[in-house]
Amino acid sequence: MSCSRRDFLKKSFGGALSAALPAGTGAFLGPRDAGASVGDAKKRWVFLVDTEACTGCGLCVKACKTENEIPLEAPITRTWVERYVVTRDGEAHVDSPKGGLEGFTDPQIRGETIDPEDISKAFFVPKLCNQCENPPCVQVCPVGATYQTNDGVVLVDREWCIGCGYCIMACPYGVRFFHPVHKTAEKCNFCYHRITAGMEAACVQACPFEARKMGDANNPDDPVTKVIKTERVSVLKDEYGTEPQVYYLGLDEKVR
Amino acid sequence: MKKHVLRPLWVAIGLVAVVLIAREFMVPPDFGVHGETFTYHYYRLSNVEEWKNFPAKYQGQERCARCHKDNAAEHSSSKHATIQCENCHGPGVDHPRQVKKLVIDTSREQCLRCHQYLPYPTSQRMALPAIDNQEHWPERECHVCHNPHYPDRRSRR
Repeated sequence: MSCSRRDFLKKSFGGALSAALPAGTGAFLGPRDAGASVGDAKKRWVFLVDTEACTGCGLCVKACKTENEIPLEAPITRTWVERYVVTRDGEAHVDSPKGGLEGFTDPQIRGETIDPEDISKAFFVPKLCNQCENPPCVQVCPVGATYQTNDGVVLVDREWCIGCGYCIMACPYGVRFFHPVHKTAEKCNFCYHRITAGMEAACVQACPFEARKMGDANNPDDPVTKVIKTERVSVLKDEYGTEPQVYYLGLDEKVR
Repeated sequence: MKKHVLRPLWVAIGLVAVVLIAREFMVPPDFGVHGETFTYHYYRLSNVEEWKNFPAKYQGQERCARCHKDNAAEHSSSKHATIQCENCHGPGVDHPRQVKKLVIDTSREQCLRCHQYLPYPTSQRMALPAIDNQEHWPERECHVCHNPHYPDRRSRR
């Protein structure tokens, strides 16, 4: 077979081109199709936790697990409540039995009895996915099964997730876990099905003390946004540069 | 050029073609970058709709109040007004059509979530009326004496 350099180049380019062509078709979506289902880009969901108001009843955890079909007895949860009891020597005693699913009814912490006279402060801290502006869990996903919607919520595609667990390791807040039924990565998604339908997230609705609230950061008139803009709020692990969107009122330095 | 020199090239091109064609069939058409960056917005677009269609279980006490007017009126004027009906009665999603009666959580543990005494000075927990579970009628469910819809009144039982 004789083949000039010109013929060779022609053939190889032609071959590569025809092979690449089908891959490109269908990749282009009209702006309307794309805009229709990626969420309202004008919104940015934020969460506000008032640790001063939380009494550790754990009704949020119960509501969350029921709403989002997380097996109640399994040691996994999308949101949980931590108890911090700081004694006079400055030591923090921390626990979260069953993630606070059944509340905190035992004065003992991890089997340790603490003398009430010895307690200098005690408080409860609800935790959930921070829906980071720069989510490290999304960066590491090798298959594009987790992503950030245009309204700022990080979702997991259960159809597409291969269950490799990279994202579970990558989250600095430990909010991700493996769903024992779906066999995929799982996490809080701010009750995306509820908030996009005009309802409150299950935990927000269940909280009797208004310790959990949600709002739209892009709306300056939103009451939650006003609190975040005008009061002294903090976020967890700011130094990681993830820009968490769950803000805390009255967060103690003992909380990690 | 000799045939045996070109043969590996055709094999390589063939492999690339097979991968690209297989990818075309396996990757959904709506998979791609839907947002500002590849890093955070590379995904299957229809999954957003799938999540939006996830069934909501908790309906909110406004819906309960539409039928259960008396209970809602009593409850909403009590100190327990901020506690959602469904926190004790369970999610009302299929009620009343499929689920005729909801299972009520009448356990002591449900009340103790807030009313077990914990000696926590700076916490709001101390602002709530509290008992010691071991000493205050340990074998009895709270609603026998206390009306959960209106805790200042005695139970109607």
